[in-house]
Amino acid sequence: MSTFYIAITVLIIGLAYFYSAQRSAQHLRQAQGSRLHSLPHYHGMFAALLATLPAYALLVTMAIGDDLVFDAMALEFVPADVRLAESFNEIIVLAQINNVVDGVNFGDQPEWVLNAAVAWGGWAETSANLTTILCLALALIGGMIGYRRINPEFRSRNAVERIVLVILASSSAIAILTTLGIVFSVIFESLRFFALVPISEFLFGTSWNPQFEGAERAGSGGGEAVYGSVPLFAGTLLISLVALSIAVPVGLFSAIYLSEYATSRVRSIVKPLMELLAGVPTVVYGFFAALTVAPFVRSTGLSLGLDVASESALAAGLVMGIMIIPFVSSLSDDVINAVPQSLRDAAYGLGSTKSEAIRQVVLPAALPGVVASVLLAVSRAVGETMIVVMAAGLAANLSMNPLDAVTTVTSQIVTILVGDQEFESAKTLSAFALALTLIAITLMLNLIALQIVKKYREQYD
Amino acid sequence: MTRDNGLLSPEEAARLVAAKMAERNKSERRFRFLGRAAIAIALTFLVILMVSIFSKGIPGFFQHYVTLEVPLDREKLDPEGNLSVQSLYDGDARGTIRAALYAAVDASGRRDRKAAGKIISAGAEARLRRMIADNPRILGTTQEIRFAVDDDVDSFLRGFIKRETPQSERRIDDKMIGFIDQLAADGRISYELSDYLFFGSASRNAEMAGIYGAFIGSILTLSICLVLAFPVGVATAVYLEEIAPKNRITELIEININNLAAVPSVVFGILGLAIFIGVFGMPRSIPLVGGVVLSLMTLPTIIISSRAAIRAVPPSVRDAALGIGASKMQTIFHHVIPLAMPGMLTGTIIGMAQALGETAPLLMIGMVAFIVDVPGSVTDPGTVLPVQIFMWADFAERMFVQKTSAAIIVLLAFLVTMNAAAILIRKKLERRW
Repeated sequence: MSTFYIAITVLIIGLAYFYSAQRSAQHLRQAQGSRLHSLPHYHGMFAALLATLPAYALLVTMAIGDDLVFDAMALEFVPADVRLAESFNEIIVLAQINNVVDGVNFGDQPEWVLNAAVAWGGWAETSANLTTILCLALALIGGMIGYRRINPEFRSRNAVERIVLVILASSSAIAILTTLGIVFSVIFESLRFFALVPISEFLFGTSWNPQFEGAERAGSGGGEAVYGSVPLFAGTLLISLVALSIAVPVGLFSAIYLSEYATSRVRSIVKPLMELLAGVPTVVYGFFAALTVAPFVRSTGLSLGLDVASESALAAGLVMGIMIIPFVSSLSDDVINAVPQSLRDAAYGLGSTKSEAIRQVVLPAALPGVVASVLLAVSRAVGETMIVVMAAGLAANLSMNPLDAVTTVTSQIVTILVGDQEFESAKTLSAFALALTLIAITLMLNLIALQIVKKYREQYD
Repeated sequence: MTRDNGLLSPEEAARLVAAKMAERNKSERRFRFLGRAAIAIALTFLVILMVSIFSKGIPGFFQHYVTLEVPLDREKLDPEGNLSVQSLYDGDARGTIRAALYAAVDASGRRDRKAAGKIISAGAEARLRRMIADNPRILGTTQEIRFAVDDDVDSFLRGFIKRETPQSERRIDDKMIGFIDQLAADGRISYELSDYLFFGSASRNAEMAGIYGAFIGSILTLSICLVLAFPVGVATAVYLEEIAPKNRITELIEININNLAAVPSVVFGILGLAIFIGVFGMPRSIPLVGGVVLSLMTLPTIIISSRAAIRAVPPSVRDAALGIGASKMQTIFHHVIPLAMPGMLTGTIIGMAQALGETAPLLMIGMVAFIVDVPGSVTDPGTVLPVQIFMWADFAERMFVQKTSAAIIVLLAFLVTMNAAAILIRKKLERRW
């Protein structure tokens, strides 16, 4: 049975136990007139939980774990001479075997690969049968144990509540697991990358060109792949700067106008419209940047006699700026609204005009929050992917001229990792190193933003 | 003129203030103007974006069709006579359609026929075969059937390919233009709502490309995302707000959740690639992996809004429940969660809208592959709407630009509907205490 049908069957078994246990508890109550400690449906739930939870745990373990065991077993088939050869690579060998299992064949495979594939097919069948039998048996036995425990004294409610508590607590652990997953998935590959390319070259090298990686091996390319990430970070910085120089003034001034000047009617219309900008998917912005803004920027530049690249940083940054406006404005809006009215009243009392009160009292009071919102906007801009993938190009130029084409960290990650990758090549691994630095940067920006808010927040009560 | 104590006299002070007043008022007006200008700029951007998408996208919902009288010869189309897929495939659907077309335009010579043949889309045969399979009674009769025209012809009919351009520089030659004019004069060419857009799947031919496969893929991916993220998100929120002791571990979890909310989405794609595909050995391009990755990405949104909703339930409700003898869990499940549900649902819908529009992490797990088949389950390879948009945006054909914009309009329509639903739920069901 496939995993899906096993899951459904276990669910049905669980439901059956729920109803039968509930009814049996009800009968117990009516027949003996005895007072149960717990309501009948708790007895039902207890039986159902005992039936389903262990079976599902086993199912998930088998679904995920069997391939790992098969991998290890399949490697036994590799003959010694292949294993000792310099070009031996576990991942490639396993992919070879898996392709044969899936019926995808590229050319003639050596004898041992075919043997391993046949064995693999056998294991898969055995494992599927074993999983089916064990899961169903576990469900039936677990439910029966729960069912057998029905008696007036059994505190099934407490038992059920303990199980639910464990479920709730373990789901909150998923957040931690996700973080760990992210960290581990980039750290190991990054370390492998730094074994191939010195970390100093990666951090301080001013030339980025991983394209020769495959070419050199194929004997067609003469150049050498270089992995200096400075141009990527410079490009990211340039595009982010363009974006921020639009988003910060526009966002900040709209926030000020909306919270201090606008009537509630204007506010109720304009605010949702601004939030609409935040709801537009980034791929739509990318399309807009590549098809509308970039040609416009280029033709405007050319008519002014400027040499503009067709994938200029200006176009990508401009559109990214539009995307970030609502982040800056809504975060700043919250902060400005949090400044107590008494401060404004005091400023008016001293005779200041509205704008003077805002500039000299409200904004200084809101400054930490505004700075934090700008930092969050920076972290958005640095991590933004689709706009730069679609509109910023791939040429790793080290330039601070917004009319040039530059590339960014995220667009390199996507370009390298999308599609088929070469296993274990420095090119593939470099994407993980880039991701590691990207995570480090965004995390740092967020922590700094949080610290600023925490440290400089005034308590006005 | 100062007094002895160093202060100005009231008259003097008033005069100084009045003298500066004009300038201060001017700066006040300037400041207010800047605010208005900022909002105007932001809204102008919005308008430009929408106009640019809609002006390109609305024509993308339509395309040109040519209507032909096709004599459906039974022997020719269904040689084995059993209507099986193989038999229909062996039949000469292409020749039948070509013959009808040649008859319509009076193409006789070899070159005439070659030119005429390029007018109709390559998808015409598949359409004829399906029509026969759906309704075999039409065999042996002559039917009026609409076929999509080739995308170059469509571009010509829309005026993107100009008649004035020299023949060598355009993709349709004069002969084809003559035929097209003839078909148009006979009233055979029509401009109608595109059925390929809604019911077609991925295709390199612009006139046949549609969003159906991507749409189904999006639904499957979002279902997985919802099934995983909603229960886990609510459970986490309940645990953190109602049960967890205030200790280091709880604090660690909270910091973690806030950090995850700020991690760039592409990083979740790397997580999916390295862990789910790399370590767990799941296949690429499947909605299951996409849904799991998106659920991890939307979890923080759901958790944060669910916690806010739980916090908004007044403590008196909990006290009342506990007071009449409910257990902690009964209080939570019978009172707190139902009362917080509207807020939780709002957060979940907003999270789902985010997931629906997300592209980058799905590129990483390979949902960018060119897949013609519509995914039938969460373990079939497929793609999703935003990724389809991304792929189409790369194709150079003019018609793809319009179809991309049309697909964007469909995507935006779904996002607006979801957000409107979230607002509606909040307005209708949320209680103020």
